[in-house]
Amino acid sequence: MIDVKVLGGGCANCKNTIKLVEEVAREQGVEIKLEKVEDMQDIMAYDVMSTPGVVINGSVVHRGSVPQRDRVMDWFSGE
Amino acid sequence: MFKDIRFQLIIAVLLWVGTYVSLIPLSEWVVSLFPVERESHLGEAMAFFIYDAPKVLLLLTAVVFVMGIINTWFTPERTRTLLAGRSLGLANILAASLGVVTPFCSCSAVPLFIGFVQAGVPLGVTFSFLIAAPMVNEIALTLLFGLFGWKVALLYLVLGLLVAILGGLVLGKLGLEKYLEQWVQDIEKKQHSFDAEQLTFSDRLQAGVVSVKDVVGKVWIYILLGISVGAFIHGFVPENFMASFMGKSAWWSVPLAVIIGVPMYSSAAGIIPVVQALLAKGAALGTALAFMMSVVALSLPELIILRKVLTLRLIITFVSIVASGILLVGFIFNLVL
Repeated sequence: MIDVKVLGGGCANCKNTIKLVEEVAREQGVEIKLEKVEDMQDIMAYDVMSTPGVVINGSVVHRGSVPQRDRVMDWFSGE
Repeated sequence: MFKDIRFQLIIAVLLWVGTYVSLIPLSEWVVSLFPVERESHLGEAMAFFIYDAPKVLLLLTAVVFVMGIINTWFTPERTRTLLAGRSLGLANILAASLGVVTPFCSCSAVPLFIGFVQAGVPLGVTFSFLIAAPMVNEIALTLLFGLFGWKVALLYLVLGLLVAILGGLVLGKLGLEKYLEQWVQDIEKKQHSFDAEQLTFSDRLQAGVVSVKDVVGKVWIYILLGISVGAFIHGFVPENFMASFMGKSAWWSVPLAVIIGVPMYSSAAGIIPVVQALLAKGAALGTALAFMMSVVALSLPELIILRKVLTLRLIITFVSIVASGILLVGFIFNLVL
């Protein structure tokens, strides 16, 4: 089970990121626990200054844009 | 070999140059295909549209690609590290300049603001960044270059930076820290370590491609709309029509332009072609620039987002100072040119 958090207060790119993450997880048959972090103080706790940010198992792996599909696949295949 | 991004890039550059240099004959040829008199109103409007729309889109693609690559060196986190712990003055110049090259979207204005405050970047310096970032951006500069030429683009760049630097300095001197929302004042200052992501050259090229898809994919429709309106004005509005109410002699037109421009929200992409057409019909450059700057720099959605961290009083101060700066730019322009 991979713990995924998407950080971002409801911007269009944040929604697209969530959609992409869900999609890739379904395609690869990976079980994930997806959480949206929208509260600004919680986002700042991860020290992310440009949203959307992506946190996998507690560490920030991406910030500032919708990630590339290949990168999301890499996160899920454990590389 | 065909999958290599460098190879694709070379092909793209050749195609780009080929199209760009043949734009004038190509567009004239396209216009001549239509059963319309070249000298008629409709002919003028069509010629304007068919030449300018592809030209601006081509320029924009190239500039956004290059900026996408440059942006990979200037993440907001690095910008913060560069600005942390500096005092007002030179840091405002640095902040305004970094505002131009750091990728910025008003939707992340709040986390960015907090990140700066947390790292101990002075409020006035943060504001210099926040004024410059949306106002002086590659889209505005490219459109100005494409439609007005390099002089106006350079002028916009210099004056935009000046408004950002001076605005930030004044806001900094006013000592407005107590007008931040309480929870922002309570944030603990802390040192940030900054590790740059290790990117290869083809990662950076890839980032350029992504930003072309992102940015050009989003703004092309506004550019076409803006140029259509502009083309209509070019073809059908009589010469000197704008002179009476947007001309130099009408001093009140500058404040009016700013007042109308501040709540308006359009990307630079949509507004600049319209402004260009107005200018051709006798509007004064200072008035037109002031209008453009206030539309692009200050927008209602961004202010609503910033309300999460700034009290209303601070927002009003921020808007008034930026608006006064823009007003000054408009007046000086109309006076000098």
